[in-house]
Formats: sequence, C-alpha cells, structure tokens
Amino acid sequence: MSDQFTTDPTKPAQRMRAGAMILPLSPWIIAAFLLCVMPFIFTNNSAITIMNQMAITIIFALAYNMLLGQGGMLSFGHAVYAGVGGFACMHIINWDGFFSGLPLPILPVFGGLMGMGLATIVGSFSTRKAGTVFAMISLGVGELIAACSVIIVAFFGGEEGISGDRTYGLPFFGVEFLQQIEVYYLIVFWLMLSAILMYLYSRTPMGRMANAVRDNPERAEFLGYSARWVRFYSFVASGFFAGIAGALFAINYEILTEENLNTTQSGIILLVTFLGGVGFFFGPILGAIVFTLVQTVLSLQTELWGFYLGIIFVATVMFFPGGLAGLIMMHVPALRLGKLGHLGVPYLKTLLPAAIGTLGAAALVEMTFHVRHAATGDHEMTLFWTTFDSHSFLPWIIAGVVTFVGFAITRATAPALVEAWNEANTPEGMSR
Amino acid sequence: MDLILVNLIDGLVTGLLLFMLSAGLTLIFSMMGVLNFAHASFYMLGAYFAFQISIALGFWMGLLLAPLIVGVMGAGVERYGLRRVHQYGHVPELIFTFGLALLIEELVQFVWGKNQMPYEAPEILQFTAFAIAGNSIPAYKIFMIFISVIIFIGLLWVLTRTRVGMIIQAALTYPKTVEALGHNVPLIFMGVFGVGTALAGVAGVIAGPVLGTFPGMAFVLGSIVFVTIVIGGLGSLWGALVASLLIGWMTTFAKAYNLRMEDLLTWIGFTKPEVLWDSAWRDLWTITSPQIADILPYILMVLILIFRPYGLFGKRDA
Repeated sequence: MSDQFTTDPTKPAQRMRAGAMILPLSPWIIAAFLLCVMPFIFTNNSAITIMNQMAITIIFALAYNMLLGQGGMLSFGHAVYAGVGGFACMHIINWDGFFSGLPLPILPVFGGLMGMGLATIVGSFSTRKAGTVFAMISLGVGELIAACSVIIVAFFGGEEGISGDRTYGLPFFGVEFLQQIEVYYLIVFWLMLSAILMYLYSRTPMGRMANAVRDNPERAEFLGYSARWVRFYSFVASGFFAGIAGALFAINYEILTEENLNTTQSGIILLVTFLGGVGFFFGPILGAIVFTLVQTVLSLQTELWGFYLGIIFVATVMFFPGGLAGLIMMHVPALRLGKLGHLGVPYLKTLLPAAIGTLGAAALVEMTFHVRHAATGDHEMTLFWTTFDSHSFLPWIIAGVVTFVGFAITRATAPALVEAWNEANTPEGMSR
Repeated sequence: MDLILVNLIDGLVTGLLLFMLSAGLTLIFSMMGVLNFAHASFYMLGAYFAFQISIALGFWMGLLLAPLIVGVMGAGVERYGLRRVHQYGHVPELIFTFGLALLIEELVQFVWGKNQMPYEAPEILQFTAFAIAGNSIPAYKIFMIFISVIIFIGLLWVLTRTRVGMIIQAALTYPKTVEALGHNVPLIFMGVFGVGTALAGVAGVIAGPVLGTFPGMAFVLGSIVFVTIVIGGLGSLWGALVASLLIGWMTTFAKAYNLRMEDLLTWIGFTKPEVLWDSAWRDLWTITSPQIADILPYILMVLILIFRPYGLFGKRDA
C-alpha cells in the first residue's frame, strides 16, 4: 500500500507529479501565511481575542465534522469531549510539580488524549448504531456528564468551575505566554497542525471507509468492513481533536465551567458546522469564521440575535442543506465553463432587493419587540443609526413598505436569475 | 407506609405527564423514523397558548383550544417543513427539528419575554382532594392523573378499535401497501404528527400551572422525554408507558428519601477517610439521592443501552 504513494524524484513522470503537488498544497500555504499575518493587520486586543475564539471553534467544528460530515453520525453531546479535555488540562495547569516542567505548547496533547479516552469509553457502546439511535445516546451521555459537573466537584469545580494560570509552565524558548499574541500563535500552530492531520485522516483508507459507512453501511459490511468499528474509530479520532480544542480553550481563557460541557455548547457546534456546510472539508472552517463574526457583531447590535440565528439555521436546513460551502461549490461548474460573470448582474438584481427586504423585516421585528418588551413610557428606540418613536405610525409604514417592495422586486426578478443560472451551467453550443 | 403512598401518587403524576409527551413522540418515530426534537417545544407552546387564552376565556377554554392550535401548527410543520427535508435523509430531518426547537424557544422569548408567566390552576381545582397522614394531595394532581388516563385510554381505543386506527397501524408497517389500497398516506402522516404534537400541547396545558410556564420548560423536560423513549424501546407505545412511570417513580422516590452514599459505602465495608475535604473521592462520599435524582434517568439509559440496546420493549431492529 505504502509504495503507491512514495514519489521517486529520479523518474521524470514522478517529478512532474511532485510538481503538481504544489496546487493542492496552495490553500494550506495561503492559510498559514494569512494566519501569521493577521495580528499585524488587526492589532488591537479584542480582534486577537476574537481570532483566538475563531481558531478554537474551527478546530472543534472540524472535529465535529469528522463525525457529522464524514461519518454521518449526528452527535448532540460533543461539547463533552472538548470540555473534559479542557478540564483535564486545567488540572494539569494547577498541578504545580508537573506543570512547571511542561512547556505550555505540549499541553493540548493531554487534552486530546483525555477527550480520546472519554470517547473510547462512550464510543464502545454508542457507535453500535448510526443515525437516530446514536444521536439519542450522544444526547443522553452529554446530559449525564453535564449534570455530573455540578455533583463531582473535585473534577469539575461545581458551579464556579475551575481556573488556573497558564504562565507557570516551563518557558518555551523564553516565551511565557503572558500576552494574548503569544497565545494566538500557539493556537494557530495547533490549528494548522490539527487541520492538516484531520485532512490527512480523511484521505486515509480509514477516512474513506468512514464515508462508505456513512453512505451505505450495509454494503460496507458486505465488503468485509465492520461498520461499527469504522464508526468507533471515527468517533475516537473526533474525540481527540475535540479534546485539543478544549485544551486550547483552557489555555486561552484560563477558566472552564459547566457551560463548556452542556447541551447548549453542543448545539452551537452543530449549528456552526451545519451552517458552514458538512459536505466539504473547508465547510466547518467557513462556518466557524462566519459564526464567530456574526455572534460578535450581531450580539452587540440586537438582543434578538438568537432569533435571527434560529431562522437562518432552519432556512439553511430546509433550502440549502449543503450550507455555505455547498453554496460556494455550486458555482464551480459555472466557473469551469467561464460563465460565472454572466451571473453577476442577475444576482445583484435579486439579492440586493432581498437583502433590503430582509433588513426591513428585521426592523419590523425589532420594533414589535420594543413595543412589547420595553419599559412602559420608553417609546424611543434606535435602529440603523436613527432614533425614533416606536409607538408612532411613520416608522412602521416605512419599514413595512421597504419590506414589501424589497421582497416584491426579489419575486419579480427571481425567474430571470433562474434563467441566468441555467444558462451559466450549460456548456456552449448545447441545448438544455 | 403513608409516605410511600404519597410518593406513589406524585410519581404517577410525573410519569403520566412524561407519558403524554413520549406517547406522541414514539408514535411519530415509529411512523416516520424521525425523532421530533421539537416535541417538547410544542409542549411549551401548549402551556403558553393556554396561558394566553386563559386570560381572556378562562382555563377550560385554554385546555380545549390550545392543544388544537398546537396540533394544527404541528401538522403545518410536517406538511411544509419535514416533508421537504425528508428527501435529504434522516439526519437532516433530525437537525431540522433541532433547529425548530431552538427557533420556538427564541420565538417564545420574543413574544412573552424571559420571565415566568403567572399561569395558575383554575380556582375550582384549588382545594385539597384528600390527605394521607397529614400530607395533603391537591385536587389538581388528581385532575392531571384523570386527564392523562382518559387520554391514554382514548388513544388506545382509537388505535386498536377504530377503522382510522387500523389504517394508521397498517401505515406504520407497510406504508406502500396502504397507499396502494387507496389511502392517502402522507395525509395520515400529517394527521398523526398533528395529533402527537397536540398531545404534547395537552401535557403543556396541564403541566404549565404546576411546573411553571417559562422559556426553559421545553429544555428541562425535552431530554428526559428522549431518554424515556430510548429506555422504553424506540417506537414502542407500551415501552413508553412503562419507562415514563419508571422514571416518574424513580426520581420522586430518590428525592423523597435522603439515601446517602456514605451509608452505602460503609455498609459495603469501606471506611470514611478522616480528612474528607482533601480526598479525591470526597464527592463520592457526600452524594445523596436527592442530589442525583435528576440524573438517574440518564444513568438508567446508559445501563439499558449497554445491557439491552434495543430498550425494554423495543424490537431488535428498531
């Protein structure tokens, strides 16, 4: 098996293949370069905090997608593995005798091993079935461990959680990780490493078998593979990377609480992964970036961001099950045919009014919320940088008209977009 | 002995309430093969609708109307949501209902806010039905038992004795054949989904005054309901009944009797460490049964899954 993949540079044909390796490598090189340069573009501390958060979420989402996208297993309790990995790391940080001899960048390995250990135990009985049964078991186990966090105070620290100080570790080439920026590079290192490892894992025969078991477990069984063990290995591997994400969380925030384990956290990672798109490797990355940005920006602007997020999520499941990545990859055929440019104007004609209509609808929602829930007598509200009286008629009429006109134009131009879309996906000289 | 009787009644109330939710859930599961994650959300909607109706028209109209509204909403969700997602497979269906559960919780917060609603039992039921050794049993609890039992008997009667029930049962096992015989199977599916969610709505209406009507109520009960039907065996109505009662009594008794782990461990033969606060096992020694009452169902579920993966009454290939 192994000699199929070795390249001998002395043979010309092989050398050409080695040269062609640059192309698939380019996204990784670009990503690594961008990650290194980012702190010089966004220098302030809050930006670095957001980027740290983003990187941790990316690792977690990628680990989650090893189950959901590649293995077809829907877990409602995956935060547990990240959380327990994080808690274990926090205990190591607080274990003076051991931690003072351990460089901080090694620490995530322990988190990963802890997550993996827990996944081995749980996976031994939960991976017998895929689909609904697996989902239910994952939910039950997740709830169980989250509930235990209040009872087993020695490990989980009860309500207030446990905290520590990362700087007590053995200095790593003189770096003590006092500053956010140093932590950023540590996280980025682990992000690149885990992303590459997870990508390579998906290319191994093991990763391919996970896909086969996802699509048709019966057929995989007939080929001589045990669907159960394939699922088990995917589950354990995913637990390892989730543990790494948890460890990085522990390093970054220096505190872990019950919130890191509970079902809400598990739900968020499902949301992130699915919004990004489970069908492609880069989907969860995209999802994590967009979700973190939206969360930070929207939650500052409106109390109702969870409501909008719920609508977006349900709409994604119903209409774009491929997520963001699926939407992007839909355009590849048109790009190959060189007709992507033909879509620009129709897109603008349909999506711009749709966006305006959506903003109008959001304004209506916000005003309703304000009228219903603001303190009595408080009639003033600020929306889109304008302050007005939410109890007068004019803003309602404006928002209503904007919404109506926006969606009306969208509806009118949508057939043209469909037409343009079909045209762009038809090769030259071929009739549809 | 008297205390046991009181706890039996309390456990019965909890168990029957759980059963009203799990009955609908398990019916929907055996029909469409999908677990409705938003089932408990419909229960919450039932409570909120009943509260809103009870302000204007009184409790009894709420009991009558709210489940109807919830049932119609459930049927709508099946018709316009699930049926669309069905083509992508079971996992997206499950994700869809999960998203729906999130959305309904946000929606409830949007309309009614985050605080608990002052939803009360009707005055006519606010008296003590009878007392057992000084422990009074409120009439409302008896009313809850009464309603649940009536609904259970009604459901059983419809499913096993009527023509509609026969068609539903046939459609559960052989949808293609039933369709070939000229029945509208998608309509049956929609109907069963509507009735299942309406049952959840009824549970919400009668549980709202006791357990509180607040945005987290779906979340509190939701995962227990899933545990119930996993323990009972996915798709088994009798299993759901047995598991609901089992969980109801188990949690009630665990809360009522303060059993301490310390006594158990000493009884086995361990000695309690002198300095408990420094021991790694300190949490094990201080555990009491009321403390772990709420996680007992999950522990039971894990045990069941290890030793009997298809649940108490489930078929092997469920």
